[in-house]
Amino acid sequence: MTDNDLIRVEHLTKKFGDNLVLNDISDHITEGEKVVIIGPSGSGKSTFLRCMNLLEDPTGGKIWFDGMEITDPKIDINAVRQQMGMVFQHFNLFPNKTVRENITLAPVKTGRMTQDQADEAALRLLDRVGLKDKSEVYPASLSGGQKQRIAIVRALAMKPKLMLFDEPTSALDPEMVGEVLQVMKELAEEGMTMAVVTHEMGFAREVADRVMFVAEGKIMEEGTPDEVFNHPKAPRLQDFLSKVLAQ
Amino acid sequence: MSFWENLQEQFIASFVTDNRWQVYLKGLGNSLILTIGAVLIGIIIGILVAIVRTNHDQKKDKAGGISRVLNAICVVYTTVIRGTPSMVQLLIMGFVIFANSRNLYMIAVLTLGINSGAYVSEIFRSGIQSIDPGQMEAGRSLGMGYSTVMKEVIIPQAVKNVLPALGNEMITLFKDTSLVSVIGMSELTKAARDVQAITYEPMMPYLGIAAMYLIVVMILSWLQNKLERRLHRSDR
Repeated sequence: MTDNDLIRVEHLTKKFGDNLVLNDISDHITEGEKVVIIGPSGSGKSTFLRCMNLLEDPTGGKIWFDGMEITDPKIDINAVRQQMGMVFQHFNLFPNKTVRENITLAPVKTGRMTQDQADEAALRLLDRVGLKDKSEVYPASLSGGQKQRIAIVRALAMKPKLMLFDEPTSALDPEMVGEVLQVMKELAEEGMTMAVVTHEMGFAREVADRVMFVAEGKIMEEGTPDEVFNHPKAPRLQDFLSKVLAQ
Repeated sequence: MSFWENLQEQFIASFVTDNRWQVYLKGLGNSLILTIGAVLIGIIIGILVAIVRTNHDQKKDKAGGISRVLNAICVVYTTVIRGTPSMVQLLIMGFVIFANSRNLYMIAVLTLGINSGAYVSEIFRSGIQSIDPGQMEAGRSLGMGYSTVMKEVIIPQAVKNVLPALGNEMITLFKDTSLVSVIGMSELTKAARDVQAITYEPMMPYLGIAAMYLIVVMILSWLQNKLERRLHRSDR
């Protein structure tokens, strides 16, 4: 394990009942790296991402994060997750809380900030994504794109070392995809380590340091965007690309 | 004597003579105190049982020993309470378990509260289950513990969702207070029977208390509506 590996996965397997979803995956993401995970639906790419912050319990294998083995049962999983932000397909904002409360809840409840500090940080982050004027409204009054930008801000408020994105634009109306991708691009430019599951091939080409093609529970191919998109080797990947890029 | 004069006489005998209206008032007061006490006990038991059971259900086969034992206790509790009539529960509590106690208030509140808790726990359980699992995942992904997310995110939304059902439960409970006369406690129904035993006129006392129950229930429904509207603020 090299010093700048932020997350390292070894022989990760995940079964749902008898269904083998992840089949012996080993990989690592270095600090500052942007990895985009693509693949057909049902290939296990979301499960892979969800195993990284243990939202799914791996059936086998080990995961290290920031030098700690997080699959160790004795680990304080909450402390680990405080270092990893996650953005979900369906936003999962808390509808009973205002936008500001959504953002400040975790920093305050985990004792990282006082309410005043968290409020200040929330407003600063909201300003960055152009939603400062929405701080006191409830999520129900927001558009999908606004919700997802706020969900990103909510994760960022914990000052994570790694951001996981699970199909962040898949539930959005087409005209709102751009505003969310823009926020993610800015985040990438600032040097955030990111793992992104997405169907946005344009984003993968532009932002990714490395593209990972997951199919049938395995990393079937990976490389730079140029390698993966312009010179795909695996037939399964060629087939996948011909389908998604034909659209 | 005309029909109307007869009615008037009955009314006076049932409510005015010897300040008998005070008997009803005291009975109504007791019914309301019992309801409030039992609702509080019921909600506390209900939330605890619902949390134990959903916690156990979510972990499925990975649940630990303590979780299994607590869950088993809760299942037995809801099964027994929901499977036996409230009146039988009152008789058992009043004449078997607390046979030597004359603290009827305590026995009545406890019995009705324990009874209500079984129903409230099922209401809360369905409320918690109605919340998208993504809410818990989002909370946990931010590094908050299970209980923090429960308290801050899940329960407030669940309570809002189950408010109509909880309101109905409270109304049922208020009407069920009429059962506690079987252990000798005086409440509104007992008051009417006491008056009727003196006047031998059943119509006025019983129609009277029916109206009183109805008015209280209508007030409760109105309060429930108001609360629901307030809690739906965030749905705009």
